[in-house]
Amino acid sequence: MADKVLTANRLSDGISVWLDASGNWNEQLQAAFVARHKEAVDALEATGKQAFADNKVVDVNVVDVEGVDGVLRPLRMRERIRAAGPTIAYAAGYAGLTATAAPAA
Amino acid sequence: MYRYDEFDHAFVSSRVEQFRDQVGRRLSGELAEDAFKPLRLMNGVYLQLHAYMLRVAIPYGTLNARQMRMLAYIARKYDRGYGHFTTRQNIQYNWPKLSELPDALADLATVEMHALQTSGNCIRNVTADHFAGAAADEVADPRPYAEILRQWSSVHPEFSFLPRKFKIAVTGAERDRAAIQVHDIGLHLKKNETGEIGFAVYVGGGQGRTPMVAKKIRDFLPEEDLLSYTTAIMRVYNLHGRRDNKYKARIKILVHETGAEELARQVEVEFAELKNTELKLPEKDIAAITAYFAPPALASRAEGWASLAQWKKADADFARWVQHNVHPHKHPDYASVTISLKPIGGIPGDATDAQMEAVADIAEEYAFDEIRVSHEQNLILPHVALADLEPIYRGLVAAGLETANAGLITDIIACPGLDYCALANARSIPVAQEISARFGSAERQAEIGELKIKISGCINACGHHHVGHIGLLGVEKKGEELYQITLGGSGDENTSIGEIIGRGFEPEKVTDAIEVIVDTYLGLRLDPSETFLTAYRRVGPQPFKDALYGDKTAAAA
Repeated sequence: MADKVLTANRLSDGISVWLDASGNWNEQLQAAFVARHKEAVDALEATGKQAFADNKVVDVNVVDVEGVDGVLRPLRMRERIRAAGPTIAYAAGYAGLTATAAPAA
Repeated sequence: MYRYDEFDHAFVSSRVEQFRDQVGRRLSGELAEDAFKPLRLMNGVYLQLHAYMLRVAIPYGTLNARQMRMLAYIARKYDRGYGHFTTRQNIQYNWPKLSELPDALADLATVEMHALQTSGNCIRNVTADHFAGAAADEVADPRPYAEILRQWSSVHPEFSFLPRKFKIAVTGAERDRAAIQVHDIGLHLKKNETGEIGFAVYVGGGQGRTPMVAKKIRDFLPEEDLLSYTTAIMRVYNLHGRRDNKYKARIKILVHETGAEELARQVEVEFAELKNTELKLPEKDIAAITAYFAPPALASRAEGWASLAQWKKADADFARWVQHNVHPHKHPDYASVTISLKPIGGIPGDATDAQMEAVADIAEEYAFDEIRVSHEQNLILPHVALADLEPIYRGLVAAGLETANAGLITDIIACPGLDYCALANARSIPVAQEISARFGSAERQAEIGELKIKISGCINACGHHHVGHIGLLGVEKKGEELYQITLGGSGDENTSIGEIIGRGFEPEKVTDAIEVIVDTYLGLRLDPSETFLTAYRRVGPQPFKDALYGDKTAAAA
């Protein structure tokens, strides 16, 4: 059985998150709790269902990962991109959120 | 352009407040996801890989400077400083927070914009020729009819829960720049022998999993019958479209399974019932809507001819930009300008907030406050005096928007692909970037001439790969990306679906494969005036297969 982690998107902002060992939803894959046997995977799935039912997260999934030199790496590229973000320099010049006045309507 | 009346304002505002209430109830837990998901989709809100995505409608791709500035503001305030213009003439934002989306929609409403019907099994944003109202080869402006269709189809009670999504495109010229034959309904605005305006009606085109070229079911439909006949088509589709299988639910499957002739007969039966009802368009209503789209008063600017010649002589880059990005206008002293959103090595269709504002400024100062979004993911200034081309170009240079590649090999359509999209199987954008960088030299692009590459990251074909002269479809094979190449597709008046050329290519080999195809074309074309598509239609796939795979056996593998 491949190692597994629990991932979802946070309800309020849609950001990808992973369940960590403390039971919190963390924005970093590397903080994820890794399930290595069936009972642990069952527990992850139950936690995911409950978090979905509690309206904390959406699109909850258990995904396969492997450890490479101590770093978690999802087996599917889709999940690797979810974890690392787009593979492209997508926001040239973006300086973060700043308060800006709305244009005159 | 069309301006909201009191009803429109009240309606859009009420929908914003309705959505605000729905989002509030969702965040408080009062609404569960299963109940909320269809509501957010009705407001253009998707959930993608990294975040929510908001798709904002730009009706028939037309907007003004004030609206473009608001799109820039939305990008800056609610997103990460950029937006992605799509093949549906819309804009998508990739990082908005659900909790802030009602505010974003309220801001959009202040400039008469919304995100309604940009998702769901309804009639989507009606698209049109991006040179509408300006093109020298146009019979009539298609946008008044697109607007009539938009008003009729907005929250249409009968057509809000169709078997599947439904897309209508309208063109007003013989040269089809709206790809009408790959839409559910394609309307070709034309005049009959007595000079009356009407439409050739195409039905059942589409891309996706099962690409189909639309069938013409009417040679000439009088304009007054636009809504009654369209309603007749929708009724036949709504009744007989496959609701049992998502993959067979589009009207193209119904047309294919029923046969165009029988479907046309069924439509005529419905049409006979509807023809003389309230759906018949009164001449005065058509005139009233058409008046919104009256072209700007274009004064004679004949001095532009001499100036243009001088500027071109003095600046080779400017001359190249004029050659590729400037299109003939109805008025001889004017032109339409394509603002390429395809910088060499850049992300197709993306624009930063600053670039959007730069375009708004230029449009206001030089282009009668009109901007279009093309389905090829570029922006258009439809009405520009030749005498103003040079200052416009300087403005575009300052904003990094001066890429001279409209219609060339680096003017690539690409969907967001696996970098963003929850449906994608492979990335599109990095592939487009690498091809663009490989062929980026101006001389090489000019040598190759017109060549349209279109890339989709999954079979849903948002990147229109089926109608690319060279199409690339990303698939996932054994957990890795692989790119299938199609050749000979086209989305114009001679629409064709590209043919799969052979086995796919790994990401690191796909640009080399494109280069082999291009070099093969350059080697076999009769002369530089024979475009890639013309040459392909003359010689067929075999020379390209031989060049790519060495022998026929390998190509079949």
